[in-house]
Amino acid sequence: MLLIKNGRVIDPSNNIDNYLDILIDKSRIVEIRQEREEGKEESRVTQIIDARGKVVVPGLIDMHVHLREPGHEYKETIKTGCRAAASGGFSSIACMPNTNPVNDNQSVTKYILDKAKSEGCVNVFPIGAITKGLEGEFLAEMSELKNMGVVAVSDDGKSVRNSELMRRGMEYAKNFDLLVICHCEDSDLTAGGVMNEGFTSTRLGLKGIPNAAEETVVARDVILAELTGCRVHIAHVSTEGSVRIVREAKSRGVKVTAETAPHYFSLSEEALESFDTNLKVNPPLRSIRDVEAIKEGLKDGTLDVIATDHAPHSTLEKDVEFDYASSGLIGLETALPLALQLVNEKVLSLSGLISKFTANPAKILDISKGSLIPGNDADITIIDLSLHKKVDVNQFKSRSRNSPFHDWELEGETLYTIVKGKVIKDINGLVV
Amino acid sequence: MPLQNKDLLTIEQLGIDEINLILDTADSMKEISTRDIKKVPTLRGKTIINLFYEPSTRTRTSFEIAGKRLSADVVNISTSASSTLKGETLKDTGKNLQAMNPDLVVIRHSVAGAPKIMANSLPASIINAGDGAHEHPTQALLDAFTIREKKGEIEGLKIAIVGDITHSRVARSNIHALNKLGAEVVIYGSFTMIPPFIERMGVKVASGMDEAIKDVDVIMMLRIQMERQSRFLFPSLREYSTVFGLNLDRLKKAKEDVLIMHPGPINRGVEISPEIADGPYALILEQVTNGVAVRMALLYLLIGR
Repeated sequence: MLLIKNGRVIDPSNNIDNYLDILIDKSRIVEIRQEREEGKEESRVTQIIDARGKVVVPGLIDMHVHLREPGHEYKETIKTGCRAAASGGFSSIACMPNTNPVNDNQSVTKYILDKAKSEGCVNVFPIGAITKGLEGEFLAEMSELKNMGVVAVSDDGKSVRNSELMRRGMEYAKNFDLLVICHCEDSDLTAGGVMNEGFTSTRLGLKGIPNAAEETVVARDVILAELTGCRVHIAHVSTEGSVRIVREAKSRGVKVTAETAPHYFSLSEEALESFDTNLKVNPPLRSIRDVEAIKEGLKDGTLDVIATDHAPHSTLEKDVEFDYASSGLIGLETALPLALQLVNEKVLSLSGLISKFTANPAKILDISKGSLIPGNDADITIIDLSLHKKVDVNQFKSRSRNSPFHDWELEGETLYTIVKGKVIKDINGLVV
Repeated sequence: MPLQNKDLLTIEQLGIDEINLILDTADSMKEISTRDIKKVPTLRGKTIINLFYEPSTRTRTSFEIAGKRLSADVVNISTSASSTLKGETLKDTGKNLQAMNPDLVVIRHSVAGAPKIMANSLPASIINAGDGAHEHPTQALLDAFTIREKKGEIEGLKIAIVGDITHSRVARSNIHALNKLGAEVVIYGSFTMIPPFIERMGVKVASGMDEAIKDVDVIMMLRIQMERQSRFLFPSLREYSTVFGLNLDRLKKAKEDVLIMHPGPINRGVEISPEIADGPYALILEQVTNGVAVRMALLYLLIGR
């Protein structure tokens, strides 16, 4: 048995913030109890992790990851993506369907799950497509997808352009109580834009993407959620207006939840001055005003989840002219320390922050994760809040290096990632 | 005082002293082009590559002539003749050119920031000859040179820039240059072609053509780039020229000695009427003449000493 002792245990789903010991037997938590004096451990304890001065939380969940396999294994594989996740403190990740082939049928779902089981070191929850091939023309076979194990459907990477199809997609998903995750973008308004439309795009002469390109579709999808009664989750919220629309919808009881990503509260459009293609992401980095609104949305609960939108790209896609570069950045290995900054800034309490990585995504995806209850899988992350580290992309476990946070000095680091009772990462790094 | 950097990528990053140095140097370069033997040995043995990823007649020729009048060896590469069609990246093209030891590479590219990629990866000097809608620094320098030549100095002048500001690198570079040199800049164009927060670049946005050109010393008309425009920016060339074009009737409302400039190539009868383009106040061809002098000055300042 594994005993984690002396740590400050924070489990928002059970309102726990206390110094407790956690006893793990094989893959499951067996007991959460008051600390006992030294030397009184049961003889059955074979391994002890001393978490004194550290924070012990349910294994983190990232509900928005691109694993790139099948199809783009040179950017990331299920194996490397899982390693990056474990390295960043995530014991569970949900992967988007925009692979090649697209995860729009049970064979691809099965392939991902099999591969994750044989090569992955964290829990992988596939997300299926709303429409076949993500082409926005015909619904994917959601029943089969659900039966094979998808936890949600999404055409992430683009919006379902046809509003009637989106409506029917929500209604159809509701048959199987499937969550619909919306990538909100009016591609006509985006119209070849490569960064946020604002003073910086004006200065740099780069084509801008207005906030309206996101907000018009957030509004549509929230209204369709209301029409259909389907559970809808808005992905990667980046603008003040989107926060306002979601806040208003929630206040009326619409079944809508929302996420943002660390880069939307850590960076703003001014950074683009460097023309660094690692800052090119969709939706784009917005204005300082939007960044403040995102923080406000996290604070008041409008934004339920912090997810990374981990989007690996190789130098082939990134080491080119800005307009030609692919959008996306990798986030699994920097998300937690970036988010902990919100605690330092008093935007969120530590417990409030942890809930956006654990209880909230678990509830939204309806998976039995993110909670430290005896009987549950022993998915646990142990964090050192005061450890300073300089980000070095060359140390990343991801196969890709497209992070704009290289050389950033960050505070707070995952010391242990435990998945189903197995220590995947310890103080010396990954053990798998 | 030399220039601060090995490259000229933007006017925004250029100091006022540097701009004046370039203009002063161009003054002395201009005379060379009026000689019977239009050549001096200043850059003998230096190699300049003109790498043009966008079509250009005026700018490319101007750089070529500037280099040759200073005795540099000038090589021209345009997209159709280069290896870009074979899928080579800009960086690789840059490395291959560097392997042949050029002293200076002039680059024009349709993507903002592309010259910076070259500048960061090549030891050779880089001159930006236009990158997307970002900057066209040599155009702004030759415009400033031309205005200074006519008006004595730029400080205190009022200058209007009219047309498609959003897609214009000429507008951006000129706004920076004229502001630095102490002019007051007014812009005007259809709201579909005025980028957000442009006033934060230090310009006033006029609400009509008459207001824009009233009391100004110089009017810069911008080309409507029909080839690169989204089809939603204005309904027809006819209406565009009626509302946003410069014609004799309109010009009556401007100062008597107003100067008319245009970076070329002009669309006769669209943004500028033929009578004005060919009229006494138009400096369009003098801009072209001065372009050679300004580029000679830059080549000299970057690789001649």
